[in-house]
Amino acid sequence: MSTAADRLPRLLALVPYLIARPGIPVEEAAADFGVSARQLRKDLELLWMCGLPGYGPGDLIDLSFEGETITVTYDAGMRRPLRLTAAEATALLVALRALADTPGVDDPDAVRRALGKVEAAAGAAQPAGMVVGLAMREESVIPEVREAVRDAVQRQRALRITYYTASRDEISERVVDPMRVLLVDGRSYLEAWCRSAEGVRRFRLDRIDQIQVLDEPAVPPPHAQQQDVSEGLYRPGDDQSEAQLVLEPDARWIAEYYPVEDLQELSGGRARVRIRYSDTAWMIRLVLAQAGEVAVEEPEELRAGVLERAQAALRRADSVPAS
Amino acid sequence: MNLVLCLLSTRAYLSAERIRGIVPGYADAPSDEAFFRMFERDKAELRDLGIPLETGRNSAFDTTDGYRIARRDYELGEIDLEPDEAAAVALAVRLWDSPELTGAAHGALLKLRAAGVDVDDDAPSVVEPKVRTSEPAFGPLLAAVDAKQAVTFTYRRPSSAELMKRTVEPWGVASWRGRWYLVGQDRDRQAPRCFRLSRMVGEVNPIGKPGVVQRPDTVNLMEYVLGAGGDERKTTARVWAAAGRAHGLRRRAKMIGSRVIDGVEGDELEIELFQLESGAGWLAGLGQDVVVLEPEVLRKSVREHLLGVLDASRRQLSTEGWRS
Repeated sequence: MSTAADRLPRLLALVPYLIARPGIPVEEAAADFGVSARQLRKDLELLWMCGLPGYGPGDLIDLSFEGETITVTYDAGMRRPLRLTAAEATALLVALRALADTPGVDDPDAVRRALGKVEAAAGAAQPAGMVVGLAMREESVIPEVREAVRDAVQRQRALRITYYTASRDEISERVVDPMRVLLVDGRSYLEAWCRSAEGVRRFRLDRIDQIQVLDEPAVPPPHAQQQDVSEGLYRPGDDQSEAQLVLEPDARWIAEYYPVEDLQELSGGRARVRIRYSDTAWMIRLVLAQAGEVAVEEPEELRAGVLERAQAALRRADSVPAS
Repeated sequence: MNLVLCLLSTRAYLSAERIRGIVPGYADAPSDEAFFRMFERDKAELRDLGIPLETGRNSAFDTTDGYRIARRDYELGEIDLEPDEAAAVALAVRLWDSPELTGAAHGALLKLRAAGVDVDDDAPSVVEPKVRTSEPAFGPLLAAVDAKQAVTFTYRRPSSAELMKRTVEPWGVASWRGRWYLVGQDRDRQAPRCFRLSRMVGEVNPIGKPGVVQRPDTVNLMEYVLGAGGDERKTTARVWAAAGRAHGLRRRAKMIGSRVIDGVEGDELEIELFQLESGAGWLAGLGQDVVVLEPEVLRKSVREHLLGVLDASRRQLSTEGWRS
């Protein structure tokens, strides 16, 4: 949609844009500016009435139309676009710097070259107040895994992977049809059709222990849909259980780290939350790891499971004499 | 548009009266007051767009300020991108999922296109990174960083629900692993500090005059954020894991040999832990599938974790019993 506030920047950019592309079709220009062809024609009509003082035939911006294409014949001195504002330079340069430091990007060298050129063109508007680290220290990903994933996605080849599923604490081997690589919240994932699960799955690259690019093409079935990750990777599923926990102050990070619902403040800095989980063993591990800073209120099965495992673990540890 | 063209074409400063006389549109103003209102509004719009509007006088005889736009300050520098570089720019523009930054990135893209660069912003890429700025504090903090202005906010410490009012001179914002942090000089502590945006409660308010915050030239925002994670000293531990269990531990460990504990077959493993405390929590989480053999400090720590779980369970039962 076009609003009055976007119009002046568009008009200012339009003349140099057209100068750089003589004879460009109206439709194509409109698409580049993100407006309808009708709006672009209105803009062009307005430009026709703009020019230098005097505003005679030789002073006004002149455009020639040939069929559906446009060419600038007089630019009234508007040959270059306006420099980047501080906000624009920040948005673009910070993003490029983040990509340049990201190991998963297709071509880090091209990113660095682009960064250098945009920095040079931006001149004074250099951002220093913002930095984004996408996955600079994702060193736990095995380099061969990253290479093989990139290769398989680009050449559209199936992959055989040995994968660690943290929620079930299991390692399994599977053949997958790669779809794309995602970088969400600082971690790289391979999104692929999993032939054993018969569904789209996301595999964290740092949990792939072994990988082999197969000689057969990647053929995700037509109904394999990319997941919209704009709201984060985790979506509550219907098959999940829900626990009610009381978090002591030292365990409040759980409410920040995992999606929780109905956070209720209690006395002494404690909080009661509801959290969804699909695997009871995973949930028990989480609670055991918190040294009693998490109390399970519901469900009973989870509370009993935690208690039982803590007792069994202590018994077994006590059966080994201190070395 | 005509005002921009007019001021770009002039070397001399043009007075408001002169501009009124030559730029179409202003002549329609019914009164001086109406003209100045229009003119002020247009000047503000140009400045908001980042157009470098200069004011000054051509000679000592001028009685009022005039206006012009210096072409060299107005124009974007020359830029020419190879196709792979343009693809990188397209990817960078798509990075943001943010009300503050998505629009700005598109504004930059528009200008690059106007400079003659062809960028296909739908070109597919192997990697699709996304950076969100969903924290409500993000916009006000970014504005304060740009304005070099101090801010106050209410902050919840990580390990308690206690709320503290903080006054900070913001140096910048940094995103790491999907979380945004503010880095700046904490006026109350008289030291640089790092704050997580998601722990700010309520509004972030600017305080004092803009332009007063001085960011040290050599500051590396990310170092503060990474430093906030604590030091990483490695500990080598020897543990036992039941056969066929604790796969997450096994994939990071080195096998030493097999051993039976408590009548259960298993393996002795050696593993490097980065932080003893969180390592102990992780091992405690594995329950009876894992037994720590050494070091003693880790053995004790895991034991305390498990005892803590039993204590909490007892406390909980007694409160519930008392309540009913």
